[in-house]
Amino acid sequence: MKLEMRDQPGQLVAALQPISAVGGNIIAVIHQRETPAATETLDVQIVLELPEGRLSRLLELLREQGVSVVRIDEERLLYECTLIMIGHLMHTDLSDTVDRIDMTGSAEVTELSLVMPAISSPSSARITIRSTTREEMKKAIRILRSVAEQKDLLIIEPLEGA
Amino acid sequence: MRIAILGFGSVGRGIARAILAKNLDITVTGLADSRSGIIDPAGIDLEAALSRKDNGGPCGSLDVTPADVVAKADYDVLVEVTPTNVDDGEPALGHIRGALRRGKHVVTSNKGPIALAYPELRDLAATNGVFLRYEATVCGAIPLIHAMKEGLAGNTISRLYGVFNGTCNYILTRMAEDGLTYEQALAEARELGYAEADPTYDVEGIDAGIKLVILANTVLDMRTTLDDVERTGITLLTPEALRLAEDQDCTIRLIGEIVPEAGVLRVSPRIIAKSHPLVVEGTLNAVTVETDLAGDLTFIGKGAGSVETASAVIGDLLYIRDRHVQGS
Repeated sequence: MKLEMRDQPGQLVAALQPISAVGGNIIAVIHQRETPAATETLDVQIVLELPEGRLSRLLELLREQGVSVVRIDEERLLYECTLIMIGHLMHTDLSDTVDRIDMTGSAEVTELSLVMPAISSPSSARITIRSTTREEMKKAIRILRSVAEQKDLLIIEPLEGA
Repeated sequence: MRIAILGFGSVGRGIARAILAKNLDITVTGLADSRSGIIDPAGIDLEAALSRKDNGGPCGSLDVTPADVVAKADYDVLVEVTPTNVDDGEPALGHIRGALRRGKHVVTSNKGPIALAYPELRDLAATNGVFLRYEATVCGAIPLIHAMKEGLAGNTISRLYGVFNGTCNYILTRMAEDGLTYEQALAEARELGYAEADPTYDVEGIDAGIKLVILANTVLDMRTTLDDVERTGITLLTPEALRLAEDQDCTIRLIGEIVPEAGVLRVSPRIIAKSHPLVVEGTLNAVTVETDLAGDLTFIGKGAGSVETASAVIGDLLYIRDRHVQGS
């Protein structure tokens, strides 16, 4: 999110404190002083990870500190997992396989690389799934496993989880 | 110390060669292969037995059976190194029982009896006041069982995973390195003697699965059978899949995994970063053990081979000698 605050000592700390108060985790703070130096306010961009449903409480706390929130980017999908599928991927409706994960709403296929060596031989695909939480990732992988079983595909999971 | 050796294939002959080459203070008083045997309380001439075997003959006399050696030879430790039978563990299981009932220690490299009947054999050994040791059943030369039981005693093991089958690791290494198909890499492994004529046992993950069962039952206090292992082999892997992994600085290895708390035993091909310590080349084995006190430990070494497996058997023999055997 992008914040705007008064350019006074202690303001940045005051803006960050509410984040930990709601159980958030700060990933990056980007602080560009030189840009609109004429104004008395300071622009700060913060990348953070928040437990689900805490965003409105955080905004409330920031307002109380006199910090105005200029922009909130879309909720990012923080967890990523790459798997490999082998089998007759096209003949078993690859877009349906992808849809089953996308339909969850909380996990989605963000990348797919497909190699089809010959018409009758099995194809291989690398599939990247992103999700909002670790739990959602586990759920998405469970879905993929059950789809693979139905469609007789081999799923290769990473050694380390999401 | 006097020993009787059952099985005079790769492992049995490796033990004989090590005894001949090194001053281990071990006398072999009984020896049997699948069709012959010798009993000699004064000590068998191993050099002669090896040369008979190398010339394609039986190691001993055709009227002496392995059962005779177990029941009649004069030995402190029975060394059971015959091939694994995963269905019922026989005839090794019966021979091990026979020796333990006679009050003899047993050292084995045979996975069948340990995977199928460990609790019974452990109790039988305890009742008779003797040792039963089986280091060579898992990962050949790597002293994994000893390390987990003795060196890491007091640790809680939260997860254990690794490369337990050298044949599969060789095939996957070749597929990744040179873009070979599964069939090509398997044919090459056969030519080099890394794969059997019927490779099912290795490539379908059965061998790795049995090793997981042995570790789970003997070191991690679980009660499992091969049926409890979720198992996927490597036969369907494509060179394209390995290339897709490679594009992300990863590769694919057949990984055996135990998560004791969740009751998970699993053998399956997995995507793994090429920089990971478990990514070993060729026929090597590698196992990572996650513990609470010691942190993570990774063991890497030769998982098969004549002298390498003999090393694990001899380690067990000397362990027993140093703690127990009298009159050697």
